[in-house]
Amino acid sequence: MLDKELRSMIGQVKDGRMDRRAFIKRMAAVGLTAPLANQILALGGVAMAEGASTYKPTKRGGGGALKLLWWQGPTLLNPHFATGTKDQDGSRLFYEPLACWDPDGNMKLVLATEIPSIQNGLLAADGKSVTWKLKPGVKWHDGKPFSADDLVFTWQYAKDPATAAITIGVYRDITVEKIDDLTVKITFPKPTPFWADAFVGAGAGQILPKHLFADYIGSKSREAPTNLSPVGTGPYKFVEFKPGDLIRGVINPDYHMQNRPYFDSVEMKGGGDAVSAARAVIQTGEYDFGWNIQVEDDVLLRLEKGGKGKTVYAVGGDTEFIALNFTDPNVEVDGERSSMKTKHPLFSDPAVRKALSMLVDRDSVKKAIYGRAGRTTANFLNGPEKFVSKNTNWEFNIEKAAKMLDDAGWKPGADGIREKDGKKLKILYQTAINGPRQKTQAIVKQACQKAGIDVELKSVVASVFFSSDVANPDTYPKFYADIEMFQIPLSQPDPSQHMRRYLSTAVATKENKWQGTNFPRWVNKDYDAAINAADTEMDPVKRAALYIKANDLMWEDTVFIPVMHRLKVEAAANNLRPVISGWANETDNLFDWYREE
Amino acid sequence: MAGLTLASPSAERRVYSPWRETWRRYSRHKLAVVSAFLLLVLILAVLVGPFIWRVKIDEIDIVAGLQGPSLAHPFGTDDLGQDILARMIYGGRISLAVGLAAMLVSVFVGTLIGALAGMSRGALGHGLMWLTDLFLSLPQLPLLLLLIYLFRDGLKAAFGPEGGIFILIVLVIGGLRWMPVARLVRAQFLSIREKEFVEAARALGASPVRQVVRHILPNALGPVIIAGTIDVAAAIIAESTLSFLGLGFPPDTPTWGRLLYDAKDFLDIGPHWALFPGGAIFIAVVAINFIGDGLRDALDARRVI
Amino acid sequence: MSQYVLRRLLIAIPSLLGISAVLFFVLALAPGDPFSELATNPNVPPEVQAALRAKFGLDDPIYLRYVHWLNAMLHGDWGFSFVSRMDVDKLILQRLPTTLYVIGSAQILALLIAIPVGVYAATKPYSLFDQVANTLAFVGFSLPTFFTGILFILIFSVTLDWLPFVYTTDVKATGIHWVFEMIRQAIMPVAVLGLFQAASMTRFVRSAMLDVIRLDYITTARAKGLGQAKVIVKHVMRNAMIPVVTLIALQIPAVFGGAIVTEQIFRIPGIGSLLISSILSNDTPVVMAVTFVFACLVVLFNLIADILYGWLDPRISFR
Repeated sequence: MLDKELRSMIGQVKDGRMDRRAFIKRMAAVGLTAPLANQILALGGVAMAEGASTYKPTKRGGGGALKLLWWQGPTLLNPHFATGTKDQDGSRLFYEPLACWDPDGNMKLVLATEIPSIQNGLLAADGKSVTWKLKPGVKWHDGKPFSADDLVFTWQYAKDPATAAITIGVYRDITVEKIDDLTVKITFPKPTPFWADAFVGAGAGQILPKHLFADYIGSKSREAPTNLSPVGTGPYKFVEFKPGDLIRGVINPDYHMQNRPYFDSVEMKGGGDAVSAARAVIQTGEYDFGWNIQVEDDVLLRLEKGGKGKTVYAVGGDTEFIALNFTDPNVEVDGERSSMKTKHPLFSDPAVRKALSMLVDRDSVKKAIYGRAGRTTANFLNGPEKFVSKNTNWEFNIEKAAKMLDDAGWKPGADGIREKDGKKLKILYQTAINGPRQKTQAIVKQACQKAGIDVELKSVVASVFFSSDVANPDTYPKFYADIEMFQIPLSQPDPSQHMRRYLSTAVATKENKWQGTNFPRWVNKDYDAAINAADTEMDPVKRAALYIKANDLMWEDTVFIPVMHRLKVEAAANNLRPVISGWANETDNLFDWYREE
Repeated sequence: MAGLTLASPSAERRVYSPWRETWRRYSRHKLAVVSAFLLLVLILAVLVGPFIWRVKIDEIDIVAGLQGPSLAHPFGTDDLGQDILARMIYGGRISLAVGLAAMLVSVFVGTLIGALAGMSRGALGHGLMWLTDLFLSLPQLPLLLLLIYLFRDGLKAAFGPEGGIFILIVLVIGGLRWMPVARLVRAQFLSIREKEFVEAARALGASPVRQVVRHILPNALGPVIIAGTIDVAAAIIAESTLSFLGLGFPPDTPTWGRLLYDAKDFLDIGPHWALFPGGAIFIAVVAINFIGDGLRDALDARRVI
Repeated sequence: MSQYVLRRLLIAIPSLLGISAVLFFVLALAPGDPFSELATNPNVPPEVQAALRAKFGLDDPIYLRYVHWLNAMLHGDWGFSFVSRMDVDKLILQRLPTTLYVIGSAQILALLIAIPVGVYAATKPYSLFDQVANTLAFVGFSLPTFFTGILFILIFSVTLDWLPFVYTTDVKATGIHWVFEMIRQAIMPVAVLGLFQAASMTRFVRSAMLDVIRLDYITTARAKGLGQAKVIVKHVMRNAMIPVVTLIALQIPAVFGGAIVTEQIFRIPGIGSLLISSILSNDTPVVMAVTFVFACLVVLFNLIADILYGWLDPRISFR
């Protein structure tokens, strides 16, 4: 967008000629949310504002018990071993990062005192280092002081391959050094526009106490007794843990945030399914909060008539998409199907890809399945807002799709299925097993049939579909189907890791044991150039423009057909005031939760 | 005893051939006759139904979702507005075929293994009981995943997508449910083979096969028939869980069990959705069970009517 | 007899060894991955997932993994869960009391219903009582537990608000109130599971009774003037017990194995839910331990059933 204008406005704010509020208002007028305007300011050299808090209670405790219902119960409580977000959620009750993300994608300080910026000198102008100041006087639950040593230790712990931490990707390439007891400096090997990855958020940022883990680094990591009984700095102290079933905690009377937390104890119950979790919160009120309620909206609307609870939504950047295979899944070359040496027999014709995109009835999918939890979109990249393209569009039009196919020479055969040069428009459509996904499949299949495309549906158990098992043909990276549908969550308010997956160097092949992340096997030089440039581009406006360009290239080539921009859906008791961010784990802002009396 | 009674001609009673005798006894069991008729109607309905009720099974109309029974949709619609009657007719073929075929597989395998184990006094008996114990202890889910992984593509290639999957499902359901039958048959055999009439037959020089087929098996059939009739219901329901493993028919195939499963979350909004498939399963189960009861009474060698 | 039992126990050792080998191979060959959830986490590079597989020995040859497992098992080491990163025996022990309480009660309920109803129905075949009992039994086993469970929740929790439907091991009460709460929250799962099993068991009991009730010696006993009740209990039931004992011996190991669907619906932290979540996340050590214990129980109760056959029908001889 209006590059120059934005730049001059940032300058005005910097000099104090324009007030921050006015800037944010102007940005809102062009479609940018406040937090993103803030982020633009931060990267443009203006200090990032901390997210405002809506927390009302004026004293610590007194809120009784908080009963949380996670239908997938956490199975371990060491955040660096988490096999899923559920484990990060559980650990986050006790452990804390330096900062987290609030509902608007603003950074919110937890164990740090200042948000690093170029202005306050904590963020290097070249993007190669960031310095964090730690809150003084913070104590671990066992009374030991929290210090810079704990951060350095957490880094060493996570980056050691023998520890087998899942957060190794975040810590492997950076260097963390202690400046003094309350200051650490993180150095990056190259300019890093998104510097808020290590020690930030519940995903990778939770800090471990050195004094309890020091003896259990590397190959001894699994023996640490604290893997199952965490000692953190968080608002609640650990009481009990039964894997997959129950976590209990009590208030931390020495918590470092004023008047927090509100609840005297917390309980996280696991197991069951999403629908009955919604019932237990919304209909019977047995629980205060239900996590990740992926349920048809009709069902939720009906439950809400009961009146004890309601659904809560948070906007993030998760996109449910249909990916198209650019290689031929039915031909085996050198022991590998979907080989880069082949071209997809049908999708090599752009008209087929475009027509297919026109046959995905996003409005019906929204109406019948996602409802309030979805937004229709033409983009693969749907957040944060400043990275979202306004240049794209979508439509659902069976006649137009049919005409497009006609024009491209795909004529209906005797059985009503279109064909050209002896190739029939028959498509295998696979996805993971999950109610909403099977319904989406049905809706897409029907439209395709009307346009003369035959669709065979296939669904694979999630644990197989998302497996890295080299021997299994049904995994999504192998992509032995024509199209496949799922989502890859965008777990932080920045698209860099997300978009890097589709570089042409990252194609999943037999040679790299299908560990490549580019499963559509789409190769585009312009895309590669844009992504690589964005990776080190420190100018926030130019960087956003690069990601928008990358998204538009995907759209032009119909690499992905975005089905739905999905929102987080949670269930909460009517009087509970949960703080949920689309950019963070559900428990990331737990210290700000309270109950309206 | 039984054979004697049958063979002794009395002045008032006509002698029937064994098959007619069986039918004569069966037909006295009114519920069984009605049930056989009911089952026939069900089978006819799912076979002929599509030619009479010509609504498409996958015609989506979201506006008309979750409607109760009406003239346009006698059984109502599901949440995507698809016609439940059409789906039930289509799915009924699969459900009934899977239920009956899987039951036959499990009863046949179970009876065979149980009979062999019950007659054998040596290593064979131990071996077969070991096999039964093994199958009882196998966790079904990983086994199913393994089977899909190993055989799906091969069977698909050999018998076509529908036929291949049908064979796989029947074999899987039947193949994982024969163990209770085998144990029951063996237990019956252990007891019956020591009874006087079997000993008498043995003393008269009846071969082991003749002992089993003519004397022991007919007396051991009671639990087998019960297990078989229960298995039909279990197989219809098991089929629906298989499609959640990607093993069953494609996810859009509306079998009865699958319809019931899909309907469960809408039970308070659209009870009709669950009511019809649930009712269909129930009717099929009742019919098959009464037929089983009738057969049992008819085949019971000891009962004289 | 004791010699027979001893010999059977000795045979049980190699047969369990064989079962364990087959189990292990099935589990190891079954597709899936304990770290599949990491696949879409952008922070986790694929090579990390591969390194984890290597660390937990998932890439070793299967026979080697089996030998390791067997060796550890013989030393009393049940293994180490990939997913929870804790010892498997601890995980199982944590869940055992709840499983025994809920699933055990359901089995007892099933027996308490099935045996009297089946016996009484058989004494008056095709009477009104028999017809009603049969029909209810048909309803019972034609409706799957996933369905009846939700129906119960809708009636007793949502509409009537009598019972809680989330089972918790952390009941916040003491003394008699604790007992009361424990019973209250178990009512629905026990009823759902117990009735489902009672349905088929009733049919078996009725059929087994009918088989015996028409035999000559029963008629003889009746003719001798023995009372109806006495005939039923002393003569008919004892002989009809063989199929029933078989069924019970089949069911008891299931008390340990848990009930996957029912546990899922009511969020009961039993072994069934541990097993299913471990299977879905391919946590082989946990699945292996649970199924192996289950296999031991299957073999043991098969043996017990055989011994009981001999007691019920002294003519059954074992050599």
